[in-house]
Amino acid sequence: MPADPKQAHVAQDLPAEAPLMACRFDPTGKYVFATAEDRIIYRWDLASAQRTPFTGHDSWIGDVVVTADGQTLISAGYDDTLIWWPAAAADAPQPANKVRAHDGWIRSVALSPDSKLVASGGNDRVVRLWNVADGAKVREFPGAERDIYNLLFHPNGQWLMAGDLDGKIRQWEVATGNLVRTFDAAPLHTYEGGQQVHYGGIRGLAFSPDAKWLVAGGLHKGSNPLGNVQEPLAIRFEWETAKAVRNHLTEGTPNERIWGLQYHPEGFLIGGIGGGKGLLAFWNEAEEKPFHVFALPNSARGLALHSDGLRVATTHHDKKLRITKLAAKA
Amino acid sequence: MKPCEYSCRTAEHVVSRRRFVETLAGVGAAAVMPGFGMFNSAAMAAELTRTQKRMLVINMAGGLSQLESWDPKPGTATGGPFRAIPTSVPGLHISELLPKTAKVMHHLALIRGINTHEDDHGKGDYIMSTGRRKTPAQDYPVLGAVVAKSLDPGDSALPGHIIITPGGGGGRNADSAYLGPKFGSVVLGNGKPPQFSERQQGLAEEASSCANDLRRKVNDHFALRRRTAQTEAYTQSYEQGLELMKQREAFDITKEPAGDLERYGTHDFGRHCLLARRLIEKGITYVRVTHSNYDTHCENFNFHFEQVGEFDGPFATLVTDLHDRGLLDHTLIVVLSEFGRTPSINQLYGRDHWSKAWSICLGGAGVHRGAVIGATNATGTEVTERQVDGGHLFHTYLSALGIKSTGHFTVAGQKMPIADPAFEPIDELLT
Repeated sequence: MPADPKQAHVAQDLPAEAPLMACRFDPTGKYVFATAEDRIIYRWDLASAQRTPFTGHDSWIGDVVVTADGQTLISAGYDDTLIWWPAAAADAPQPANKVRAHDGWIRSVALSPDSKLVASGGNDRVVRLWNVADGAKVREFPGAERDIYNLLFHPNGQWLMAGDLDGKIRQWEVATGNLVRTFDAAPLHTYEGGQQVHYGGIRGLAFSPDAKWLVAGGLHKGSNPLGNVQEPLAIRFEWETAKAVRNHLTEGTPNERIWGLQYHPEGFLIGGIGGGKGLLAFWNEAEEKPFHVFALPNSARGLALHSDGLRVATTHHDKKLRITKLAAKA
Repeated sequence: MKPCEYSCRTAEHVVSRRRFVETLAGVGAAAVMPGFGMFNSAAMAAELTRTQKRMLVINMAGGLSQLESWDPKPGTATGGPFRAIPTSVPGLHISELLPKTAKVMHHLALIRGINTHEDDHGKGDYIMSTGRRKTPAQDYPVLGAVVAKSLDPGDSALPGHIIITPGGGGGRNADSAYLGPKFGSVVLGNGKPPQFSERQQGLAEEASSCANDLRRKVNDHFALRRRTAQTEAYTQSYEQGLELMKQREAFDITKEPAGDLERYGTHDFGRHCLLARRLIEKGITYVRVTHSNYDTHCENFNFHFEQVGEFDGPFATLVTDLHDRGLLDHTLIVVLSEFGRTPSINQLYGRDHWSKAWSICLGGAGVHRGAVIGATNATGTEVTERQVDGGHLFHTYLSALGIKSTGHFTVAGQKMPIADPAFEPIDELLT
């Protein structure tokens, strides 16, 4: 069934015990995972809504990934640690492996398309690459001048993209660790001199299915960062030239930012937006403005797309994970 | 300036021997007043400068989160992502954002039970600056003015009340209320020397000297017929200005060893802390450094990571340097804000204004090292032990500096309590 964003509706509310942060679907489609402010990763069985906690981090958890076979969950903690978990374990899942991977928050993890490598990055400004099988470090990618906010592998597995607070997206060659080039998404970074803060960064990264486009999302017009005054912005880069070719914006959203981006297999871009409101914005390649915006009941934080292309997960401050269906109500 | 008899003869104008000695020490006055031979020894002057009481305030503008600094609650619903780390004081933990400060906590103390009942920036700042609530009926002098008035030598060439701000051009604030403009703060915008403290370009030194000689002659002539405290203050301000111009180097951190700038950091706050050390060493009575901005309604944790991370190194270096140079015993250090931040975390990952249960850090002169006064509950939502208000803090600062906080200033014949009589010092914190 093709997706129809204009029919978007919240199909499922999945409650947790604390405000939720990042989320990810299990690629096999059975589960959805979300991290929470109580330092727990929650797993819900989508069919039964049964909830299972994964407890083991000593701080908040910035991101999670699940291997293609659905068997391994890797979580990135603000406690410097990556934890490997049995993703489908029935009860009380226990860490299978812990690696002290960084000095400080790990904000993002990304899996290679073959699920053999996992990349991690955060506040120590170094991207590190690990073997999924045994947690051994493969190599490091230093060079960022500010915190790493987002990581994404190119669909061909040859390149690793690392977006930072400065609005720079570095393209690394996975096999050699060489820096290939840098995409300039500077509008996604603000330094507000009066408040003396750096703000923004690469909050979302997505490749189009044909890898022709790389899109980076976050915020711009951060005139009052401490007071939540900014607007969402996604910048579309042509992969071949690394040139920014289009901005994707929203209207009437002075207190929002993009928290996550997903490219739909049918060729449109989805932005998970939060701040004062919670929104899902849908953009076509050629348009600056979204062709549809769906209002969520609460400010959105994380965003994930189910492998069926019909279900979108968003995490919320009101302790709920919501499944929005891109189809008419049954 | 010539010694004289004041016509008003009020207590404010009587210069005690103790204060006179401090004056000599504070401004290196052996050179200024060569007739006072017994203090010609530079070593003696240096020793007097070293032992003079003074105060250094770090103002975490906007409202530092107590949970991301002095009173962490890791693993609770309100704790946020940061962990607590042990300090050099056994059993005392602070936020992991302060690893360097944690190593010097044995020089410092915490007050964790503050409830100022005021969540407005301006009113909160007023309470923390004056120890009183703002009323339309009366304006009160800020802490720096009170300390400068109480401790600073009367004829110091350098201002006794200095504020170092992250930006701005400088100038002088009208924040000394009835203590008069002499004790108003001099602002060093972005750490630059006081405004207009350099001889104007195009004005030759000889011409300037002639102009000042003429001014002195006219002043002296006028004083023969009519001499008042006001005319003396007028005359003194010019002489102070000239002396300040001579001592402009006091504000120049390039005179400090290059390695020190590296240790403090080349960013604004690092430079400003190094300048604060320099000014404290020069005998300035009260120095306040502003670090901005902590008003993190949005993305509190990202911004505290950024800001507290910047604060930690220079502050710990400053504490260590003052200790190593023998100045910490005589210098009261206070790290304060106008209030703290809410234990609850809002949907923007922010924390809002919160005056009900928050903390400050202090140490040095007159304070028990390693002490922790007061406590909050497990989630930081209430004070559970030894609740204090801004008035208690104000009394405590003054008492730590050896100023009788229950005393008064006499202003136009009227007694004005130095601190709010409704409060008292936190005696158990004081040595």
